[in-house]
Amino acid sequence: MRFFEFEARKIVELAGIPVTKYGFCTTPEEARAAAEEIGGPVVIKSQVLTGGRMKAGGVKFADTPEEAAEHAEAILKLEIAGHMPRGVLVDPKAEVKQEYYASVVWDGTAKRPLMLFSDMGGIDIEEVAEKHPDHVGRGHVSNLFPIPDFEAKQTIAATGVTGSALNRATPILAKVARLFREYDMTLAEINPLAELTDGRFVALDAHMEMENEAVGRQKKLLRTELNIAEDDDREPYEHSAFEEAVAAIDAADHRGVIQGKDHGFTGNLGLVIGAGGGSLTLTDAVRNQGGKPANYSEIGGNPSVAKACGLAKEVLEKDGVEKIAVMMSIVSNTRVDIVARGVIKACLELGKDPGETIAIFRIPGAWEDEGFKILERYGVEYCDRSVSMWEAAGRAVAKIQGEGAAA
Amino acid sequence: MSILLSKDTTFIVQGITGREAVNLTRECLDYGSKIVGGVTPGRKGREVHGVPVFDTVAQAVEHHGGPIDGSVVTVPPAFTKDAVFEAILNGIKLVVVVTERIPRGDVAQMVELADREGARIIGPNCLGLIVPEVCKMGGIGGPAKDAAKAYAPGPVGVMSRSGGMTTEISSSLTQAGLGVSTAVSIGGDAIIGSTYAELMPFFEADEQTKAIVIYTEPGGRMEAQLAEWVKENDSRLPIVAFMAGKFMDDEEMKGMSFGHAGTIVEGAEDTATQKIARLEAAGIRVVERIDEIPTLVKEKLGVLA
Repeated sequence: MRFFEFEARKIVELAGIPVTKYGFCTTPEEARAAAEEIGGPVVIKSQVLTGGRMKAGGVKFADTPEEAAEHAEAILKLEIAGHMPRGVLVDPKAEVKQEYYASVVWDGTAKRPLMLFSDMGGIDIEEVAEKHPDHVGRGHVSNLFPIPDFEAKQTIAATGVTGSALNRATPILAKVARLFREYDMTLAEINPLAELTDGRFVALDAHMEMENEAVGRQKKLLRTELNIAEDDDREPYEHSAFEEAVAAIDAADHRGVIQGKDHGFTGNLGLVIGAGGGSLTLTDAVRNQGGKPANYSEIGGNPSVAKACGLAKEVLEKDGVEKIAVMMSIVSNTRVDIVARGVIKACLELGKDPGETIAIFRIPGAWEDEGFKILERYGVEYCDRSVSMWEAAGRAVAKIQGEGAAA
Repeated sequence: MSILLSKDTTFIVQGITGREAVNLTRECLDYGSKIVGGVTPGRKGREVHGVPVFDTVAQAVEHHGGPIDGSVVTVPPAFTKDAVFEAILNGIKLVVVVTERIPRGDVAQMVELADREGARIIGPNCLGLIVPEVCKMGGIGGPAKDAAKAYAPGPVGVMSRSGGMTTEISSSLTQAGLGVSTAVSIGGDAIIGSTYAELMPFFEADEQTKAIVIYTEPGGRMEAQLAEWVKENDSRLPIVAFMAGKFMDDEEMKGMSFGHAGTIVEGAEDTATQKIARLEAAGIRVVERIDEIPTLVKEKLGVLA
């Protein structure tokens, strides 16, 4: 789950990391009041979950509260890369002496959180790491034990930072590591971490992402501290009608799991496929043999006939879908006969001939003999494990292309 | 021979009274595995397919009268970390975590504790492991008769981020007359207990294993770690890899996760294309088609003979 900058700022504050006075505003009047409260020149920043807001005109400077209100009015109406802003953040124009970078990410190989620190803040850390590796400090922290300050100190000192800057930055980096663990973040980044002309260190901009699996146990932070609504979906794109329909069918029945995605898919061959790895393999197999999938899907566990039927129907009703391919890797939990009955029922209910509509049925495994008998009765082409996933996908593609060529 | 399991391996099932755990217990017993107890808090005194149920792991160990080798953990995500800690701190050295949707922080804690205590975790989000005709620990391969159909003993070690694909690939090796030494469903999450590279030394030490097949996906650095391991260690084992999810390299799929939680591409290094290049640079053959696996393994084994 991604956070807006104003939310990330609040998280940083909750962790005890110093920030400048700021205001999150949803109207020009609020922005004017925030600028008055801050006093002096301010910067108005669009609150969108996308990059490139500076270039798009989503960040503007103002010398007076009136100017702040004017800018806020313009920015609140400005769409950036398809996103309308949640509001604007009003910040003082800080007197910065030097910019630093402090973050914590997962190191999947070490299986530990990794602290990163640089005395070249404000720019892309990957670029710094590549061009100036001696300016990036790295240090792992334990998942089990309290995180001591000295580990943060070592990480910072590795970049050559010393003196009062080292002593001021140390507790901040340690606090970022602690909040990363406490709030189940996958990314906790302060960039820039600014040393002001008066020597204070403040987090000027922060970027936070929380692991989706942890959202359920972080309700106190999400609902109470940040007031994020339960249905506030932060997916990187809007769910299509197909995706929502499949999710609703899945939610209506606890047996088995079905998922459907069609973002980025525009073909004519509907895919009723599974499970996790099988779906990835089959989608590639269809595409690499010249087929055009209309969607991606996953059948997992042991879904009911109604659930399998529901998924197949949604796929069949997508625009441009001519046939469906029903394919899975060898199943032990999912029952072949239940999926067979589900997809045949879907065809019949839509007034389609299963033998014509189902290009191929390739699900080997539990209850396959029963399943194959049903398919035979309806004239559906099926195959067992002696036909590979690649070959099954190829047969489906050949069928749909053969039809296209004949027409 | 085999890795991690033998015919004498004893294990318990934590969460044994759950619906899927009951099935898994039946399947493993039918396959010949030695399940010496089950744990579900509050259910002490019951039996699941003749296996005694206890409230705590300590009770199971006491009842067994000596150390227990392993545990299959199949409890809800919120309780998994505690269950794994309980297993490890009661002397269990091999923990298969079936549960999915566990936050990464919890998984990392389990793994760190396992490292300190000399224990090994397989998973989470996995189906376990199987030594054909010897022992099966977890739901891998399904009911005993289905597992027997897909898994025959042979020279190939299999490691897969997808549980279903572990069986699909093993079945194709069995059909081709090759067979499997040990197959491990390593799990589909971003952080897992045992990666390819971490299991390679076990296969290397196993006389039965003559070749390795891995199933991989986009996301993470596990394949890069394997490539580094292969370069650093003069392995006797040829490796054949299959990469699924190449379609995720498309621009419009950026930031999306398909199949497993761990497949999300977070950096340029974890795309399918990058991974294939890195594996091939280390001398690992990456096949384009899933059905090329048995042929290529035969070729590699022929070259060695």
